[in-house]
Amino acid sequence: MVNKVVKNADEAVKDIPHRATLMLGGFGLCGIPENCISAILKSGMTGLTCISNNAGVDDFGIGLMLKTRQVKKMISSYVGENAEFERQLLSGELEVELIPQGTLAERIRAGGAGIPAFFTPAGVGTEVAKGKETREFNGKIYLMEHWLRADFSLVKAWKGDTAGNLIYRGTARNFNPMMAEAGTITIAEVEELVPIGTLDPNSIHTPGIYVHRIFQGVNYEKRIEQRTISNLKI
Amino acid sequence: MLDKTQIAKRIAREVKDGMYINLGIGIPTLVANYIPKNINVVLQSENGLLGIGPFPLEAEVDADLINAGKQTITMMPGSSLFSSAESFGMIRSGKVDLTILGAMEVSEEGDIANWKVPGKMVKGMGGAMDLVASAKNIIVAMQHCSKEGASKLLTCCTLPITGLRCVKRIVSDLAVLDIIPGRGFQLLERAPGVTVEQIKNATEGKLFIQGEIPEMVL
Repeated sequence: MVNKVVKNADEAVKDIPHRATLMLGGFGLCGIPENCISAILKSGMTGLTCISNNAGVDDFGIGLMLKTRQVKKMISSYVGENAEFERQLLSGELEVELIPQGTLAERIRAGGAGIPAFFTPAGVGTEVAKGKETREFNGKIYLMEHWLRADFSLVKAWKGDTAGNLIYRGTARNFNPMMAEAGTITIAEVEELVPIGTLDPNSIHTPGIYVHRIFQGVNYEKRIEQRTISNLKI
Repeated sequence: MLDKTQIAKRIAREVKDGMYINLGIGIPTLVANYIPKNINVVLQSENGLLGIGPFPLEAEVDADLINAGKQTITMMPGSSLFSSAESFGMIRSGKVDLTILGAMEVSEEGDIANWKVPGKMVKGMGGAMDLVASAKNIIVAMQHCSKEGASKLLTCCTLPITGLRCVKRIVSDLAVLDIIPGRGFQLLERAPGVTVEQIKNATEGKLFIQGEIPEMVL
């Protein structure tokens, strides 16, 4: 069997070229590939196109890659939780393409499923529809949207095995499974890497066929954006 | 006039037992606090959860459990977790019974604008366009007028559109109104102490009034 296990994030991302298109899993800061992002910061590749639902915050997540000017273009559904992002957008240093969240998720899913285009009602009659083919099905108008694929997909899972099978935890799953499927090369970082045969096949979220490189990450910060606490015992 | 909490309380009365509901950020999130104990609903979070529970106690905080507003949450018994693609699949296919969201403008045809103000920093539409394009039943929580007194219930939206002909009902600080295609805003209830005349003056779009308009019960 091909060895998918790499030593660490540095080794996993070392052949990502300048101007590559990357997918990065996560919703907000939940389920982001922290180790891979750190490795990209060190490696210095530039001109990257990043497909990710959000763009991190000023001092964490993709926000760090913006600070180092490694990102040329963001493809996201909701951005601007950070000041540096806004500055680069307004100065024209950064290109941004905003996509409805469900369309973004489905375009990535389609990329991983080998479906070049599909029709969705999201965005009909809005500026999202500009230049797109529309078609009527059962009396309702739909927009044609194309698949999204990436040179490298960077995903984060809770547990993984050496065959690349992945299990996510909580709402940290979000965009990670579809991105894992849509990458030409998919790199998975996991909190716990276990030997083959350890994970229950019934529980696998991402089958190992989609994962090319896997490593156990270190020092997960798992930063929380909005720590909201209940005072009441329910 | 209703404050934000009272708008949330009034919307909570629209919630029926057994519904699957998606709550937007802001006033809609508050609705969860006022759903009567004898009514059981399942709250959907578009980042991949059915069964949002209350905010966690300090000791329960889990970075892997957040809602669409990126707040830490808990899960109710019987919850399920899934990907963002699955989440929007259930939204798109009309499985979610009720969507409650905020709006900057609504037109008399039911068009909604709530994602972008030209000249201001554009943050993105998030899941709003997907939700409004597919939801079976959309209730909007909004202020009837801007701070300057300009109506937000219009003939046509002036801000960039989020979705066309999708809003069914509005609960504003002044009134409860339904959108009747071809007829405009149908006034159903007045906020306590608010007159029909005040609502007329605050509504730029076509307002349809039939019979006595009762004061709303909160």
